[in-house]
Amino acid sequence: MEQAEAQEKIVEALKLKLKTKSKFYFNDLSGILDMKPREAKKYINKMVEDGILEYWSSGSTSMYGLPGTGKQAGAENED
Amino acid sequence: MAKHKTPLLDQLETGPWPSFVSDLKQEAIKRAKNEKGLELQIPVDVVEDLLGVLELSYKHGRTHWKHGGIVGVFGYGGGVIGRYNDQPTMFPGVAHFHTVRVAQPGGKFYSTEYLRQLCNLWDLRGSGITNMHGSTGDIILIGTTTPQLEEIFFEMSHNMNQDLGGSGSNLRTPADCIGQARCEFACYDTQDLCYNLTMEYQDELHRPAFPYKFKFKFDGCPNCCVASIARADMSFIGGWKDDIRIDAEAVKAYVGGEIKPNGGAHAGRDWGKFDIQKEVIGLCPTGCMKYENNKLTINNRECTRCMHCINAMPRALRIGKETGLSILVGAKAPILDGAQMGSLLVPFVEVNPDDDYQAIKKVVESVWDWWMEDGKNRERLGELIKRQGFQKMLEATGIKPVPQHVKEPRSNPYIFWKEEEVEGGWERDIDAFRKDHLR
Ligand code: HEM
Ligand code: HEM
Ligand code: SF4
Ligand code: SF4
Repeated sequence: MEQAEAQEKIVEALKLKLKTKSKFYFNDLSGILDMKPREAKKYINKMVEDGILEYWSSGSTSMYGLPGTGKQAGAENED
Repeated sequence: MAKHKTPLLDQLETGPWPSFVSDLKQEAIKRAKNEKGLELQIPVDVVEDLLGVLELSYKHGRTHWKHGGIVGVFGYGGGVIGRYNDQPTMFPGVAHFHTVRVAQPGGKFYSTEYLRQLCNLWDLRGSGITNMHGSTGDIILIGTTTPQLEEIFFEMSHNMNQDLGGSGSNLRTPADCIGQARCEFACYDTQDLCYNLTMEYQDELHRPAFPYKFKFKFDGCPNCCVASIARADMSFIGGWKDDIRIDAEAVKAYVGGEIKPNGGAHAGRDWGKFDIQKEVIGLCPTGCMKYENNKLTINNRECTRCMHCINAMPRALRIGKETGLSILVGAKAPILDGAQMGSLLVPFVEVNPDDDYQAIKKVVESVWDWWMEDGKNRERLGELIKRQGFQKMLEATGIKPVPQHVKEPRSNPYIFWKEEEVEGGWERDIDAFRKDHLR
């Protein structure tokens, strides 16, 4: 899969869910790409690097989201 | 003089133990004085406000910290734990109060120069409050603001040869015992293996893609000084295959009282004359030692390498020469299903730095492949092993079952064969069978 295609799939799928959810587990993303985790990771790393996705963490668990989405980003003025 | 009144916290100082409240008050005064004239980069009253919000939390019986947020510096998905206060007007000094995880050096060998550098950096760009060390074993710097994160990281990575540690759903900062640097019991070079795997798995450490956290810990022998068996999803514990080396003369010297047992520990009171029968032979968990006619013998086949006899008489007994390590998996703290100790996955594997520890990395990666694919979100490896079964892990990792995988006989004696494992499969000639066996 091309990076661009993977990116499109992820962005589209996450936008669709934005009404109910702004943070996603890694395996939600590998599920969207329909890939094994280790393979999906290469694409997802790149998307973070390119600023298409951003990390969120509770400290113990990490999640991914589209930058600036979710209520917390606004609340902390970090968006 | 204190910014906030803290009667509940003050009470904690009245107990018999040194109190963190006293430490915090001391740090608050130090920051207010700022004797070095630092251009403090985060609010001067950060510690005052920390005390204030803690007092309020005690009063309300509720936390005033929000959960989660920013996670790191550019390119890192861990190493920083974002914390924000939900009363920023009342306590502006701790409106942002992020934690930075810093990878501790192998075996926690520090130079005073390094420690000074670290503290100076943290006085300038953070709260000055440290936790040496966190439960995982890393350096924890508590309390800074978002704009300081990149500055701190730049200083560490450019001027201190220092990386951040792990947090979130990734490989956590690996931790090891001092190992062969100082300890005669070490069966492999813990620091070299810890460093090697840390460098090999940088991506796993800094970019979270696991279902949950994953910890490596390295103990040079079963004494388990970093408690890997209880705290690591994957523990690497040194051991040996051959015989415990016995120095008969030294055994006699212990028996004769010329050498103090346990390296002279337990010296606080008089425990009486050393009794080899009672203190060593009788405490061997497998009963595989004998002391007869002034001669010590060990049935090494039965020895479980518990280390007791070696700890008691270190000058008489030494680890074997054919050393390696055991890999255990699945230890974890409570939360779900209670605490769990590690289960033995690989009884013995050679530790070979010359081929870059290939045998060990193969096990690591096969376990990760299984867990990353089958593990549920927020499921630790130990919980997955319980849910799908140890047997499933053996299948997934391609490791052959061996007697050491059996925890104890009889509790679960039924092994289910698969058709492909049985010669001739399930097919049989029913007529031939019926000739000998009536219905
Ligand atoms: C050479 C002959 C036999 C061998 C090698 C053999 C082997 C075994 C083994 C390995 C077990 C499992 C033990 C365990 O739970 O750890 C077992 C269980 C059992 N065997 Fe045998 N067996 C033999 C003959 C027999 C005979 C002749 C009978 C009955 C007439 C019998 C009745 C049972 C029963 C009832 C159990 C189940 C015990 C339990 O559930 O705890 N076995 N046998
Ligand atoms: C009214 C008569 C019987 C009743 C109600 C009965 C009931 C049971 C029950 C409830 C179990 C446990 C099953 C399980 O663990 O899931 C069992 C196991 C067993 N019974 Fe019986 N039983 C009876 C007669 C017999 C007889 C006559 C024999 C042998 C000739 C026998 C041999 C066994 C054996 C070997 C097991 C162990 C099976 C295993 O561990 O998997 N039972 N029985
Ligand atoms: S775990 Fe063993 S090898 Fe490591 S420091 Fe402790 S006693 Fe020594
Ligand atoms: S190491 Fe433990 S099991 Fe082995 S001989 Fe010594 S006391 Fe016994």
